[in-house]
Amino acid sequence: MTTLTLGKAMNEGLRKAMENDPKVLVMGEDVGKLGGVFRITDGLQKDFGEERVIDTPLAESGIVGTAIGLALRGYRPVVEIQFDGFVFPAADQIITQLAKMHMRSLGKLSLPVVVRIPCGGGIGAVEHHSESPEAYFTHTAGLRVVACSNPVDAYSMIQQAIASPDPVIFFEPKRRYWEKAEVDVESTDWTPLHSATVVRPGEHVTLLAYGPSVKTCLEAAGAAAEEGRSLEVIDLRSLNPLDIGTVVESVDRTGRCVVVHEAPVYNGFGAELAARITERCFYRLESPVLRVGGFSTPYPPSRIEDQYLPDLDRILDAVDRTFAW
Amino acid sequence: MTIDSVRGAPDTPELAEPELVQLLTPEGERVEHPDYPLDLSAEEVRDLYRDLVNVRRLDLESVALTRQGELGLWASLLGQEAAQIGSGRALSENDMVFPTYREHGVAWCRGVDQLKLLSMFRGVTHGGWDPAEHNFHLYTVVIGSQTLHATGYAMGVQRDGVLGTPSAAATIAYFGDGATSQGDVNESFVFASVFNAPIVFFCQNNQWAISEPLERQSRIPLYRRAQGYGFPGIRVDGNDVFACLAVTRKALENARTGQGPTLIEAFTYRMGAHTTTDDPTRYRLKAEEEAWKLKDPIERVKAYLVRNEFADAAFFQKIEDEAKQTARELREGCLSMPDPKPLSAFEHVYAEPHPLMTEEQEQFAAYLASFEEEAR
Repeated sequence: MTTLTLGKAMNEGLRKAMENDPKVLVMGEDVGKLGGVFRITDGLQKDFGEERVIDTPLAESGIVGTAIGLALRGYRPVVEIQFDGFVFPAADQIITQLAKMHMRSLGKLSLPVVVRIPCGGGIGAVEHHSESPEAYFTHTAGLRVVACSNPVDAYSMIQQAIASPDPVIFFEPKRRYWEKAEVDVESTDWTPLHSATVVRPGEHVTLLAYGPSVKTCLEAAGAAAEEGRSLEVIDLRSLNPLDIGTVVESVDRTGRCVVVHEAPVYNGFGAELAARITERCFYRLESPVLRVGGFSTPYPPSRIEDQYLPDLDRILDAVDRTFAW
Repeated sequence: MTIDSVRGAPDTPELAEPELVQLLTPEGERVEHPDYPLDLSAEEVRDLYRDLVNVRRLDLESVALTRQGELGLWASLLGQEAAQIGSGRALSENDMVFPTYREHGVAWCRGVDQLKLLSMFRGVTHGGWDPAEHNFHLYTVVIGSQTLHATGYAMGVQRDGVLGTPSAAATIAYFGDGATSQGDVNESFVFASVFNAPIVFFCQNNQWAISEPLERQSRIPLYRRAQGYGFPGIRVDGNDVFACLAVTRKALENARTGQGPTLIEAFTYRMGAHTTTDDPTRYRLKAEEEAWKLKDPIERVKAYLVRNEFADAAFFQKIEDEAKQTARELREGCLSMPDPKPLSAFEHVYAEPHPLMTEEQEQFAAYLASFEEEAR
């Protein structure tokens, strides 16, 4: 066991993938000498060379577009988008090209490209640096979309994503990069990439979260326990495909569910969860599925972002409302 | 809009009167160019003629099939045969092609089954051929996207360490004059330049991006854009199959030997509509089309063959018959092409099993089956 921050676990996972497969490339803005603005690729260019860790021109569509070409030539590019809000210039290449090429070729081509996106708020950043754009990508057929929440998953999930023959959008909770945990870097006995995990068992309410919100939910569950309420927390980990089985098993038991994410609630991923849970658990539900998330506004200036982001109190308020129904 | 917006349109002669590489005049006279020596045997010229006639005939048949409702759409290559056959025949087996949706002539050179192209326009597939089989990537509909894929592919070839060896491969990206305004094309120029990627950017400037004339895309000749990115640009007579062949050959060879990218602007003309849904009479003059007709890419090769007694009437008749036969087969193949099965929509969305695909496919299958039960 090694104590690693989430950021370092990402770095170790990338390193391992590059060691295991010479076709794995890392590319993006400032990923080489600088090691990325969050240092996730720190030291990789020194050890694997400039041909495999590529400092690209500042053009996101160019980065993803050339990654597609490299994949067509047999490489496995891992692309870093520097911040969530900068993925939009690449959205065309991701949505019209990357996601559809396997299907357009009737399965002849595969596109093992990973697009890493540090996401979410809470770091006091300027605009376009705190977004949660996952719903744009979960809405696009052909992409797999995952989000890690802790160092153990960061280490394994990035390696699993790189091994996938399908394109994977990989969300990293940037404000959790400095969270620490014990990681067994020798083990490969990993939870499957697209499985959700129950990170805290409970009886009364199911909290569904992913990425940065998982920790907030765990804190909320801790506080609720002091008041005698037992909240089960599920880390979805994968948004597409969704491990609906784990969710249904839980909600069937608890009868109450609150979805938590940083993205705006309106048309957010929680809407899909609420609809699916309603279809499958209709007669077991004691209250409607409630959603706690960002407001349906642009991400606010950072001085008030703490009010925008779901916090312990807003989660517990939603939990209370499920009982008041 | 100020008057300034028309500056450059009528008064920039280089847009309309290009300095270009030409090896065969519209009258079929062979001319030499110091940088592009080309030695073709009579048989090689006859083969080029055969290519040109066949792809024009296939194109004509596809337009007819669209008019008859058998294809949903067709992007005609009429007028651009020389640009496509010249560049297409310059390719080596290892070279990789990234086409737009109009490169039927290049597909012909690569040996791609023309019916596969039609399957896209008939609404049977979104592509469907195996790009690796002929080193011919899928058609790309979004303007300019493929230039980045081509650049990335070329960067991959670089990383394979094969440049300068017999396994070397050049990559060629096709696009049009309209695409040069796309961010992706400009980004691909930047990437190709700074990484010195082994790629040829082959721009068929057919003068029209649907209804927009070249002046709406550029105030300088397109080939000169390359200079700003730091690699050579060259303009070639796009209706001259010899010149397209020679210029592309050299650019590909430069790429294969690690000398980086080249932009080729093939100066040509879209004789037909943008696609079968377009109506050029709304935005361009008949006189312009007539002027370009005199520069026809096929007539000049025919004139050259006749002038040099490289071919006789029997040869021309044979090619004509062959093209007719090829078109007939294309038509038959098109009409007998089966529609895809509804449930096939769920296949190949992902390379590995995906629960949502399985779930929706099963639900839809059950729904479809319910009608069969009712009918019983």
